[in-house]
This record gives sequence, structure tokens and C-alpha cells, in this order.
Amino acid sequence: MLMDFWKVTDINHGMILITLICTSVIHIPKLMKAPIFIYYQLDNYYQNHRRYVKSRSDRQLLHGLKHHDLSSCAPEDFNHGLPVVPCGLIAWSLFNDTYSFFRGIDEMKVNRKNIAWKSDRDHKFDKQVYPFNFQNGTLSGGAHLDPKIPLSDQEDLIVWMRTSALPTFRKLYGRIEEDLDADDIITVKLLNNYNTYSFTGSKKLVLSTSSWLGGHNNFLGMACISVGVSFIFVAFVFMLIHVKNPRPYGDTTNLSWNWKPMSG
Amino acid sequence: MSGPTGRRKQKLKWSKLYTFSCLRPTTDESAPTERLLGQPGFSRVVFCNESQLHKSKPHKYPNNYVSTTKYNLITFLPRALFEQFRRVANLYFLLAAILSVTPLAAFNPVSVIAPLVFVVGLSMLKEAIEDWHRFLQDRNVNSRRVKVHVGNGLFVQKSWESLLVGDIVKVSKNEYFPGDLLLLSSSYEDGLCYVETMNLDGETNLKAKRSLETTLGLDEDAAFCKFKATVRCEDPNPSLYTFVGNLDLEKESYPLSPSQLLLRDSKLRNTEFVYGVVIFSGPDTKAIRNSTRSPSKRSRVERKMDRVIYLLFGMMVLISLISAVGSALYTKSGNSKMWYLRLHDDTDNLFNPEDPMSSGLLQFVRALVLYGYLIPISLYVSIELVKVLQAMLINKDLAMYDEATGKTVEARTSNLNEELGQVEMILSDKTGTLTCNQMEFRKCSIEGISYGGEVTEVDLAASRRMNIDVERYRYSLDGSDSTGRSIEMFDLSTADGSTEKDVLGFHQGSEDTKTGNSRISSSQKETAVKGFNFRDNRLMDKMWIYRSNVSDMIMFFRVMALCHTGIPVEENRGNKIMYEAESPEEVAFLIAAQEFGFKFCQRTQSTMVLQELDPSSGLEMKREYKLLNLLEFNSSRKRMSVIVSNEDGEIFLLCKGADDVIFDRLADNGRTYQQATVMHLSMYAEDGLRTMVFAYKKVGLPEYENWSSVFRKAKATIGPEREELLENASEMIEKELLLLGAVAVEDKLQKGVPECIDKLAQAGLKIWLLTGDKKETAVNIGFACSLLRHDMKQLHLCLRKESPSNQQMKDVKEEILCQLQSYNQLITAEDGEGDPFALVVDGKALEVSLSYDVRNQFLSVAMKCDVVICCRVSPKQKALITRTVKEHSGKTVLAIGDGANDAVMASDFSLPQFRFLERLLIVHGHWCYKRISKMILYFVYKNIAFGLTLFYYNIFTGFSGQDLYDDWYMVMFNVLLTSLPVISLGVLEQNVSSDVCLKFPALYQEGQRNICFSWKRIIGWILNGILASIAVFTINIYVLFPSAFDKEGNLADIEHIGTITYTCVIWTVNCQIALMISHFTWISHFLIWGSILCWYFFLYSYNNLPPSYSKNVFHIFTEQTGPAPLYWIATLLVLVVSLLPYFTHIVIRRSFFPMDDHIIQEMKYSGTDVRDTPMWLREQEKSKQLTQVGYSARVDAKIRHLKEQLHRKRKSFYLSVTNSPVYKTMMRRDTAEERVNLMINFRNAWKNPKRKAGLLV
Repeated sequence: MLMDFWKVTDINHGMILITLICTSVIHIPKLMKAPIFIYYQLDNYYQNHRRYVKSRSDRQLLHGLKHHDLSSCAPEDFNHGLPVVPCGLIAWSLFNDTYSFFRGIDEMKVNRKNIAWKSDRDHKFDKQVYPFNFQNGTLSGGAHLDPKIPLSDQEDLIVWMRTSALPTFRKLYGRIEEDLDADDIITVKLLNNYNTYSFTGSKKLVLSTSSWLGGHNNFLGMACISVGVSFIFVAFVFMLIHVKNPRPYGDTTNLSWNWKPMSG
Repeated sequence: MSGPTGRRKQKLKWSKLYTFSCLRPTTDESAPTERLLGQPGFSRVVFCNESQLHKSKPHKYPNNYVSTTKYNLITFLPRALFEQFRRVANLYFLLAAILSVTPLAAFNPVSVIAPLVFVVGLSMLKEAIEDWHRFLQDRNVNSRRVKVHVGNGLFVQKSWESLLVGDIVKVSKNEYFPGDLLLLSSSYEDGLCYVETMNLDGETNLKAKRSLETTLGLDEDAAFCKFKATVRCEDPNPSLYTFVGNLDLEKESYPLSPSQLLLRDSKLRNTEFVYGVVIFSGPDTKAIRNSTRSPSKRSRVERKMDRVIYLLFGMMVLISLISAVGSALYTKSGNSKMWYLRLHDDTDNLFNPEDPMSSGLLQFVRALVLYGYLIPISLYVSIELVKVLQAMLINKDLAMYDEATGKTVEARTSNLNEELGQVEMILSDKTGTLTCNQMEFRKCSIEGISYGGEVTEVDLAASRRMNIDVERYRYSLDGSDSTGRSIEMFDLSTADGSTEKDVLGFHQGSEDTKTGNSRISSSQKETAVKGFNFRDNRLMDKMWIYRSNVSDMIMFFRVMALCHTGIPVEENRGNKIMYEAESPEEVAFLIAAQEFGFKFCQRTQSTMVLQELDPSSGLEMKREYKLLNLLEFNSSRKRMSVIVSNEDGEIFLLCKGADDVIFDRLADNGRTYQQATVMHLSMYAEDGLRTMVFAYKKVGLPEYENWSSVFRKAKATIGPEREELLENASEMIEKELLLLGAVAVEDKLQKGVPECIDKLAQAGLKIWLLTGDKKETAVNIGFACSLLRHDMKQLHLCLRKESPSNQQMKDVKEEILCQLQSYNQLITAEDGEGDPFALVVDGKALEVSLSYDVRNQFLSVAMKCDVVICCRVSPKQKALITRTVKEHSGKTVLAIGDGANDAVMASDFSLPQFRFLERLLIVHGHWCYKRISKMILYFVYKNIAFGLTLFYYNIFTGFSGQDLYDDWYMVMFNVLLTSLPVISLGVLEQNVSSDVCLKFPALYQEGQRNICFSWKRIIGWILNGILASIAVFTINIYVLFPSAFDKEGNLADIEHIGTITYTCVIWTVNCQIALMISHFTWISHFLIWGSILCWYFFLYSYNNLPPSYSKNVFHIFTEQTGPAPLYWIATLLVLVVSLLPYFTHIVIRRSFFPMDDHIIQEMKYSGTDVRDTPMWLREQEKSKQLTQVGYSARVDAKIRHLKEQLHRKRKSFYLSVTNSPVYKTMMRRDTAEERVNLMINFRNAWKNPKRKAGLLV
């Protein structure tokens, strides 16, 4: 069963390119059982643009500086003659807003571990590869990475590197591992770093639970119901026609040579 | 006994038998020869018996190796590749592959190149295998053995390929000539030999060739020890009927003509051996020069398919254009907006915001590659593969296996299988195709009495059908007794004398009544003699000696036994002699004469020996006849005569010939039997028998001697007037004849020919008969195989003058046009009512008719006729007719003939028996047509359903050209995951089973009207594809976005969406084909569900590869999508929705607008065909096309005719009965009343049109 357990808060205010700390208040309408997933949603952001999608090097993520062919990462491949790890536009434009949640005055614990696929962490982003020469160029993109933490532990990066299929998309930020009661007031403090103003995209914050069918999705239910209804309708129409004007099985009057007037 | 006769025969001078016709003096040709030789085109020099001279220049000629292969080891790769990339689709994919290694690449290069290599490789493999088979065939021919002179009079066996120009070869009886040979001598003293040129021109009659007189002496091996000569002749050329050259022998020069040239691919017959010198070898031979490589024909469906491909190209260009414009707009505005793309750093100009125009252009090119999935790359190769498999099924069909020859139908080229399902006209050859070129003696009329009253098939069938009809009618009458019916039947049988015995014969077979006809019943026990199918106890077993007027009868049999050119060959068991003669007719006469007790047992140069039955003593005695003269048969004389003298010195002229010719030359006192004979002749002709009239006269010695001197003089004349003189001479003696009677021989039809023609006509096929025979024969055969019947109006198109010169061409055209116009009026006047029409065209008239300006008129008349028969048609003309008819009518024309290697019409299929044509067309053709059409439509569907999802996705990526699916998914789509079920569809699909196809010929119409591959259907399938693609894409997008798709709150990225969408596509297209197939075998199940399983298997293996290979697909199935229930639910939902339109369509179609095959499927499935057999049979009858051609139509006409007669008879009978005093006494009895009532009812039934229709169908 899917329920309207989520709330969207627009944080689309403030001034361009100025980091702002702002707060927003979310009213929880119903009981939300843990785990509650925190997503940020970007609109009108073409993470699926071909130039963007191919601008990465999977081998570099595995082998670090040992991998030299960074041609696919251009223009974010070398800075000051040194390779960039992780290279490419995707990593360069890493989302860098941060959120903290307060219930009343208590800061809630947000688990930001295990938000990426396990296979990504274990097999695609190596434990021995550390960020290097990252965000050192003339143009500053998104988030900076701690060069002391290996890529396999940089889960925000791993999540971001899974490019979304559509220009409106959500990314997992973390999990709140405690239940939220109805009528709880959640205060969100956020650091609005990421530039979405240039493309008039909006940022949204989504809190959602998930069932065995995934998150809240009206479409699936509606689709199933409408398909079912249309089937029943078509079946009904056919049945009506059949009852009113039946065509017996193997009826010979329908054979083409029986349409023609008989010649004799 | 056979030994000595054999040797005698060898040295028999056959040329003595011939007075004129086949061998003319060659003197008049020598003059131009002299002028021509040495000129360009006539420069060939051959040193006979010195073949080593031809190994090196200047007279180096190729050896006798013949190759029909298309490629060799070196040329295979470039030429085969060139052939492949001549196809537009393949060329496009080649360009795409080239682009894929440039920065413009839409995909990983491998994913573009791999399918192309696969597809082209497969096609080339097929080419290679076909060529290999040709190579093996060549090797077979090239390694045939022939005896070659190696010096010192020694002949050794050598293979054909090692033969050189100038070699002396010895060819034995029934062997093929290894090259074009100059005939030096033969086993006959006069250097004559007989060749069969069937492989060259399809003619089965033997042709005589004769060597020069100077080389006659070279008739044994040793004679070639010192033989040396030089031949100067024309250069190699393809003309089969010309040859110009000189033989220089011992400083003398002799002119050569075509009658000394033995052509490759022809066969030595009736001659023990010949010696010849190789003039043209291998590729220089006329046969090889003449053989054009069979042009690759493409079926109607395939030509239309090309247009469908172009349509898809059009679609592709359109969406590419949209993409390019979209991309340019996004790029232009993208610099400021999409900072994360850093478009200003663009280096490859694909997304250059400063120059969006050129970026758009590049994007256009990329889009063309990206949307390449709209073009079914594997369509061509799949069709090729399917057709090869279809051809295998055709070749392996046991129902088309001829046990006599051990051969099956063979599809020589597989690319016309489906064309067989669309044939609208059949142009058929006669000899060897419809007939087996074997004559059977069937009937004769002696002294005005007809013997051999064998029931013809048509009569038998008509009487049987009448009986059934009456029976059927009787069921509708309540309480009528069975005696009533038999009276009807007897009455019917008295109505027409000619059908009397048939009806009785039938009765006898079914009821075994007492009134049996002993003539017919006893004859059935006779053992068959080949060429003799005559049953009549009045003549057989020497019974004729008890008939009156035996002397004329003896004369009749003597004509049969003496007036011919045949020779006895061998004696087999039971003292019967076998014969060989110029025409199979004569053999039939000789065998018949033997059966009647006039055994022709020996021929020497001037005598003929008969073993005659003496009627007075009943003993057989040998009589020797002196052959004084032989007046040869030819087409203008239409008669043949021999002048013989018997042991008593009496001279007789025995003559046989066409009826009109003989009747013109009868003496007034010789016409005793003419009236009766004429009647019999027309009866025989109606049965399709070939007739000939016999006559004789006694010649007084002075008269003969007088004439003989005239004739000798005429024969000795050299020059153009010779023929005329001979003609006049023979005219002098062949007159005042006494008519003896007539014979009828049957040009034996191949088994099942009338039935096959019948079925084909019922399937709506038009049949034209094209034959090289004379008009009478052609018409006879037309009757025999029921193409013609008596009540058809025969329109004859012929020329009055024999050979028109150029000035007369205009008049001739006028004449033909005039005839055509009058016929046209005649046909339009009748307008479908009344009698059917048959057009009979003579060869010369045909030549004029096919000329450019008369053509249209001719064809429009011909198309309106129910049947067209063209006689005296040359092979070239046959090809011309075929082409013209095809062009004019736009119909699919099938030409069938027996020219095994007909140079002009290279065959695509070969059948051991004509009757297999029925199954080949109506079953295999129909199936293949439906299969190929369905297959192409499915290909279009599946590629649209898949290819368009790429386009939709592209809209969501800002037209940047990002593809939704992993490259390897895309490779697998056409190569593995969707290609196999479609092959099972193309090979195994049957809408109805083969016996239903045969029973309902109307189903064949689907192909003729091309309803399975009409534009309506094509557009329908394109729409279906578009709907499926929309369903697949949108449902997936909306189900998976924007919220999480599993319990862990994970979100779908490109790879997830791609995998899920792709899964849906695979399910959809594979389930779609399951919906299309109506005939499931385990193979189709295995391939369809196997393909789907294969996808999961592939996905599983791919996602288990290390991440450096599998990239984002790594663990996608096992860790991410697989465990998520939404993945499976989405698949189900998408599958159901995307198949819904098609499902609804077929339900509506089947429920409300069913096609014939739907109904028949239902009847078959529900078992009504077994439960309600009368209905099943009735529908079969009704499904037949209304046709005037064929056996059934003829039976119908006969029945109509009989019923009319019956009606008339009944009326008079009824009147006579009611008026007779007997009737008045009978009236007192109750039974009589009943009977009369029945008769009246019966008569009323005919008046009731509705019932009549039901009865006549």
C-alpha cells in the first residue's frame, strides 16, 4: 500500500551564487515508519545529456592514477597538467547542498552510509583510489571531496555518478532511522550551495518511505486499474456484440465464395 | 537373333530412306564461306589430330574445362562483398560502421560492426556454399570420360576437361558430346548420325547430321593414324544454328555447314559411334556461349519490401531531422543554462553553442546512425536463410517425390518461393511437360467401323457425376422407389449413343448388373503393352480374320506395318520386337501392327520383311516387300507414302497422312467409308487423340515406271527448284487413293495432368499452352488435358501467306489486326454469356502479334479468352511471350517447360512430374507467400517497436543522442534475441494444412490478390509497432519515475530504465510473434520462449562480468532489478498493454470480418469437417473459381449437355407413352401411376432454377 507520506519543500530562494544557510519546516501528516528516505530532487537538470553521461572513466575509478586514458573525461580530465581523480563532468558537478534535520530542538540522526549500491561500493569505486587534484581548476563545479577518504567511501559521489535517466530526478541523500509521528514538525537546515538558478531548475527535498513496490507512485496503480477496466470494457463490448449478433464457430456463410451471388 | 540384325542395321544406309527435306546439298553455301573466311570473326584455324599445336600461340585455344561458378578463391572476397553492399540497407550499415569509429559514433563501434559482419558473413557463407555446389557440378561434368585419339590409331579414355581443340574423339551411343565437334564419320556407311538436342532447344525429336563425303573413310580407329586436316572457320559465337567453315584435306578445300557440327550438350542417338574432331572447346562452345547466367529474379513481395525499407528510411530521416533541430536548439541555449555540461569547452563540435547549425548537422548524421535500428539489418539475411530452409522443405516433400525417376521437386533458386503463391498465369510447354512424349495406339476406324471403344475419362466422370446428381436429387424426393431411378438411367443411356456404354460400364462397376458389356469387361484383364492401349475383342487375338471384307483390313494393317521409317531394334520376351523411329507415333503404329499379327521384322536397304497372319490359313508367314520409293513426311505435305512391290510383283502405294490432305486425294470409288470415317475422326479428336488417315492404291507397272523416271530426275536436280520438282512428282502419284480408315494415337499425357490443370484452373490460374508442335497436335492435346472442349469457340489467329517478306509486313499486320478486332467484338458481344472462347495462335501470326504495335491488341484479346494455345512457337518466342505477358498484365507468370537446360528460360524450379505443380503452387507457394509476408511485416514491426523507443528517449535527453540501452543489448537484439522465432515463422508457419489447401483452391487467391502484403497491412503493422513502442516507453518511464523502485529506496538510473525497457521490448516482440503463429510446433515454442529465456541468461552472464567489461550493467540483474518486484510487474503490465491493440484487432477481424482461412481453421478445429461431411464437400465445390478450363468444367458441360438431351428425350418419351395404348392399359395399375408422377416431378425439377443451380453447382 502506498500512502502520501512525503512532503516537498521548495528551497528555491536566496541570491545567486551566495551560499546560504536557510531553514524550512516540514509538517508530517501521518506516521512514517523507519527507514525514512531523504531524497533531493532536481528539475530540468540534464544528467542524461550525452556529453555529460560519457564524461567519466570507470577504469580510473577502479585503478586511480594508474589509469592514464582520460580522453572520455574531457574537458575535466587534467588540471595544471595533472590528472583529475575522479575525472569528468559528472564528478566535477557533484551536488553539494547539505541538510540537517531537527525534531523540536534535537538534531535527528541521518544515516548517510549505505545509500549507494553495494556492488558500486565494492567493485566499481576502489578502496585504494583517493581523490586527487579535484576541483582545482579555474572553474569550480560542485562539491569538493576529502582527499583522505577513498572513493569507495564517498557515497554521495557514487550516488551522483549513477546518472539519472530523465531530466527530473531524485537522488538518495540519507536515511532517518527513526519513526516520525503524525503532526511532527521537522525543521530542515540546509546549506544551499548548488547552482540551479542558471537553468531555472528547482530543488526539492523529499522524505519518503518505501514499500515492496518502491516509493509512492500513483501511476502504477492507475495504469493497472485503467488497463483492467479497459479490458473488461472491451470484453463486455465483444460479449454484447456476440450475444446480439453471434457468429457461429466455423460459420460457412462468412466464406468469401458464399458472399458472391451464386451463378448458375 | 539380335546380334546379326544389329550388325546389319549398322551398315544400313539410312540416307537412302530420305528423298528430301533434312539434308540439302550445301553447294549454295560455299560461295559466301569463301569470302568470309580469314575476315575478322572468321579467323579460327584448327589443326585436326594435332592438338599439341593448340597448346601454344598463335593458335592457343582454351581447353575443355568449363566453369559455371561465380567466384574463384581470389575473386570471392571482393566480388561477394561488392554484391552484398549493393543492397541499400547493407550499404547504409557499412556507412554507419565507418561513422562509428569517428567521434560521431552513436554507439560503441563493435556494436555496429558486429551485426554487420554477422549479417554479411552469413550471406557470403550462403553464396560460398552455393558456389561450391556449382563447382562440384562442374567437376562432375568436366571429369566425364571420352575416347580420345592419342596417336597411332590408339584411342584412350580421357576426362572431358583435358580435351584440346584438334583432338579426335570417338563418341558412342547415348553419350553427350564433350565439345563442339566436326563430324568426320559415323557407324553408318554414309556418315549419318542422329543427335538429340533436348538440352539445347528442348526439342525431343532426333536431328540428323551428316559428315562430308571425303571423311567417310575414317570409320575405324586405325584410320586416324595419319589423318591430318585443317579447319578454318568462324570464331566462337553463341548462334546454335549457324556454322561457317572450310575443311582443307589433302590440298582440297571442302565447305562445312551446321549439319557437320555436333554441339556440346547434345546427345548421340540411334548411332553406334561417331568420330569427330574438336572445333570449339570449353568456354568457346556454342552451348556455353549461349547460356546466359540466369538473371537473379526477385519476387513481387521482395520488390515491395524494398519500398517498405525505403519508407522506414524515410521515417528514420524524419526523426533524425527532428532530433538534429532539437539538438541545435538545446545547444544554442545550453551554454548559459547547462553549466554542468561546459559546452564552451566543446572540442568535437557536436555541441558547439557558438555554431549550433553545424552541430545540428553533425547531430543529424549521428542520429541517422542512432536510429538505424528502424532498418531491419537482419531482414535480408533472415529472408535468405528462411528461403533456403523453405526450399529444403519443398525439396524434401514426399508428396512431390516421383518414384519412377527417384526425383523430387527441386527449388534451384530459393529466392522465388513466395512468388509461387502469387502466380496468375501459367505458360506451359507441351512435349515432355504435359505429355511424356510417348504415343499409345488407342482407336482405329477400319472400313467405317470404329474399334477400340475404350471409355474416355471425361465420359466416365460425367456419367458418374450424373449418377450422383440423380441420387442426390432422389434423396430430396420422399418415398420414391429405386426402380424409378434405374429407368431414368437407362433412358438417359439411350439418349446418346456415344455415352451408352459409359453409363453401362459405370453401372457394371458399381452394381454388377446382368447387362454387362463383354467388350469392356474382358479387356481389363489384358496385360499392357507399352505404346498400345487398345482393347477390342473384335480385332484382338486374331479375331479380325472372322470379319467381313478382310482384304481391306489386311491392306490397312500393311499400311501400318510398311509406311514408316522405323527399324526393328531388339527382340524381347514373348517374340515381340521393339522399334525405333523418327517419331514416337510410328513406333506406336509398328507395335500395334505387331499386335494385330503384322510383325515388321527386318529392313534392308531396299526390302522390308513382314511376318503376316494369313487369314485363310490362320498361319503366320514371312513376306518380303521391295521398297521402291519413300516419299518423306514433312509439315507442308502432311503425308507420307511408300511405294512397295510384293512378292507377286504387284506395286502398291501406301499412304498415311492428315485427314484433309488424304480426303483431297481420294479416288471417287475410294470414298466408300469416308462419311463414317469423318464422324469417327471428329470423335477421336474430341477425345484429344491424334488422328491419321490410311489410304492405298495399286499402281500399274507402266504408270510406275513413268513416274519413277520423273521422280529420279527431280531428285538429281540441284538448286532451289529441286523441292518444287519433288513436290510435283509426288503429287503425280499420290492421287486416286482408296480410303482404308483412320487410326488414333494418344499423345500420352503425364500422370495426373488433367487433374492438375483442373485444380489450377479452379484456383483461378489462367493456363496458356505454348508448343512447338503443329496446330492440330496442340489442339488435340488441348482437348486431352481438358483445356479445350467441344462447345468452346475456337478463335484461330493465323496468316494466310507462308513467309512474309519485309514489304508485306504491313499487310500482314493489318490482317492480324483485323482478325483481332473481329474477335474482340465477338467476345464483347458475348460478354461472359454463352460459350467460352479459346484462342489458337500460329507461330508466324504470333511473331507478328508480338511486334510492338500489335502487341496490346493481341494481349487484350488473349486475356479475355479462357484459354490460349500457341503452336509452332520457338523457344525464343516462348521467352518473348512470357516477358510480354508479364509486362503487359503486370501479373505473375509462371512458365513451365521441359527444356532441361533451356538457354533462354533458365529455370528456378524443376519438377519430375507436371502434376506436382499443383502441390508446389497451391500448397508450398501459398504457404511460402504467407510466411514471407508475415515475416517481413513482423520485421518491420519489431524494428519500429524497438527503434522508436530510442527516439522517445532522445527527446528526454535534450536531443543529445544518448541511447537508452547498453551497446551490447542493442547488438543482441537483431542478432540473437529476436531473430530465431521469426525464422520458425518463416519456415514452419501454415495457416491451414496442406490437404485443406488442396481442397480449397480459393485460398490461393490471397496470394494472387496480394492481400497479405498490401499497403494496408504494412501501414497497419507500422502503426502496431508505433503503438507498442509508445506503450513500452511511457509505461516504464512513468512506473519508474520519479520515486524509488524497491524497498531499499533505490532510484532508477539510465541503466535500470534501459534494462527494464529492453526486457519489455524482448517480451513484447516475442509474444507478438507467438500471437501471429497459427501453426505451433515444438520448434516454434522452443525458439520463442527460448529467446526470452536467452535474454535473461544473457543479462545474467553480462551482469556477472567484471565491472571493467560490464560497466554499469554490473550486478544490475542479480542485485538491483531482479530482486525488485516492480521490475517484473512493469514487464507484465507493459506486455499486456503493448499487445492489446493487436489482440483486439485479431479478435475483431476473426469475429466480424473473418477471412476464408479463419473459417476453415475453425471448421477443422471443431471437427465439423468430419461431422458434417456434406457441408465440407459442398464448400469445397463452391470455393472453386468459376472456370471454363479443366476437367471438371468439361464434365459440367457434358452433364449440361446430357441433361438437355435427357429433357428432350423425356418429353418425347412421355408424349409417346401417354399416347400409346399400352399406357392406357397400364394406367389401371397403381404402380404405373406412381412412376409417371415421378417422371413429372423429375421434369419439374429441371424447370426449377434453384434446384438446378444446386445440382449443377
